[in-house]
Amino acid sequence: MLPADPPRLTEYREVSGRIRAGRPEDAVAELERVSADVRRSIVRMISRAGLGHIGGDLSVTDILVACFYGVLSVDPERPRWEGRDRFVLSKGHCAAALYSTLAHCGFFPTAELETFMAPLSALNGHPNKIKVPGVETNTGALGHGFPVATGCALGAELDGAPWRTVVVLGDGELQEGSNWEAAMTASHYGLSSLTAVIDRNRLQQGAGTEETKTLEPLADKWRSFGWEVREVDGHDHLALLGALERSTSGKPVVVIANTIKGKGVSFMEDRVEWHHKVPDAEQVEAALAELEPVR
Amino acid sequence: MTVTDRRPVFDSRQAFAEELIALARTDERIVAVCNDSVGSSNLVGFRREFPRRLVNVGIAEQDLVGVAAGLANAGKIPFVCAAAPFLTGRALEQIKADVAYSETHVVLCGQSPGMAYGELGPTHHSIEDLSWTRAVAGLDVVVPADPAQTRAAVRWAAASGRPSYLRIPRFKVPGVTPDDAPFERGRSVPLRDGDDVTVIAVGSLVSRALEAAERLQGEGLSVRVINMPFLSPLDEEAVVAAARETRGIVTAEEATVSGGLGAAVASVVVTRHPCPMRILGVPGVFAPTGDTSFLLDHFGLSADGVATAVRELLGHG
Repeated sequence: MLPADPPRLTEYREVSGRIRAGRPEDAVAELERVSADVRRSIVRMISRAGLGHIGGDLSVTDILVACFYGVLSVDPERPRWEGRDRFVLSKGHCAAALYSTLAHCGFFPTAELETFMAPLSALNGHPNKIKVPGVETNTGALGHGFPVATGCALGAELDGAPWRTVVVLGDGELQEGSNWEAAMTASHYGLSSLTAVIDRNRLQQGAGTEETKTLEPLADKWRSFGWEVREVDGHDHLALLGALERSTSGKPVVVIANTIKGKGVSFMEDRVEWHHKVPDAEQVEAALAELEPVR
Repeated sequence: MTVTDRRPVFDSRQAFAEELIALARTDERIVAVCNDSVGSSNLVGFRREFPRRLVNVGIAEQDLVGVAAGLANAGKIPFVCAAAPFLTGRALEQIKADVAYSETHVVLCGQSPGMAYGELGPTHHSIEDLSWTRAVAGLDVVVPADPAQTRAAVRWAAASGRPSYLRIPRFKVPGVTPDDAPFERGRSVPLRDGDDVTVIAVGSLVSRALEAAERLQGEGLSVRVINMPFLSPLDEEAVVAAARETRGIVTAEEATVSGGLGAAVASVVVTRHPCPMRILGVPGVFAPTGDTSFLLDHFGLSADGVATAVRELLGHG
């Protein structure tokens, strides 16, 4: 397993400490700055690898940053600490966004990001928990992370343990039936410590979700499965922090985070072809310029 | 009347359930996870004693295995108890990705495997499971032969810290495992010595192989019988020794011949010490209607079938 990066870790503890201690309004600027850094890493990683799922990486970035910097109780120095919150990226193809976020938190050195998908790299095209600290289960095949996260939450419930579980799903991924099996299990067992976040960018590999197989009315579906539904702008950190607060209803919570695929790079935004297209050198320059952090 | 007919026969599910309860009394991490299979997996007693530790996800096998992997992440030792055909067929990708590839300590317990569901037909038969599970890296595949070996397998799996698939026998068989038999990962159990031919068998075929060996002794043939409870990892040295010391090997299993015991043994034989072989199992067809005894006999998975294969192999057929 990759080692932690102490200087990054110190910075992560300071930044996330300020975010959690201060007023949420003051946290937003910090979170936006981290998100911009993470997005720039993603663009470089995918450009270097010549592979990746850039559209979904950019849509899910703010969700990941809000979770790791503002919500989750994790310790990058002790990634398997028993009392940690569990975070599962069910849409495992957005590994670049996860790796970039984890490296910024100090789970492993950011230099490692340069090896993304290179031969024998720990950073496979889909996350591997044996090699990468901060990964809880190996995802990549869709419809797997959510049942596993449900099992995590059930384990905590059986022990009366205080830690919580957050799982991030793609919207296209919801077409996998296994998710709805887990949705029924979580509500049946009243797993209020479980939060599912849907990266609702409305596009999947080949076309729009609604063209491919209709998901709407999505909120009604979750409500009818016994979940508390919170719908937010998935690029609004303040809204995300609020929506990611623990359930008070006794039900599991689903956050439908409305996002834009390719967010932050104008020519990629909401364009289906950027699901896994790789930017050329000129596009990389343009993208990095647009993603210049707000300071 | 055959030897088998005179001996008492046992269903291993009771032994499985008793052993699981005994372990759960001493290790609170053990949980049972099922898919509306409390009755068919014989978990009524477990539920009575540990109601909170019996997780029932309903009829949803993908969720079943995924949830078990999550429970393992949370520090539990989940025993997933479900009919073998649905557990291994419906949830194969979860077995691969969430359990084996993710290296979670989940014990997958395939109930009523092989053709135990007899007349219910091929949807309910689990004869592909050994080929499927053996193809998954890092997954130990264990096929106990009788109640004693089932108990040993359950104890071993709870302590192994590894992903495993246990095929829990339902078809009634005589006890074949000696009281002092070791149960170690990747170790075979020698049951009878002999130097003409070796029969390697698993599960329901072990008692039938022993019966065949006894009959063949009457014909002046000396047959070695090996029980191979671990298909993965296989006891390769026992296979090589059999190939070297006897004139050929017959394998026998209640499974398709495409990728189970016979295929595993054959790949060791051809690469390390080629010798004549016969592979007994279900030969690439779906079974016709019939009860388990009928189907086993129909496919030659009987003492007669094993004896015939041994004679053929020696050119006495």
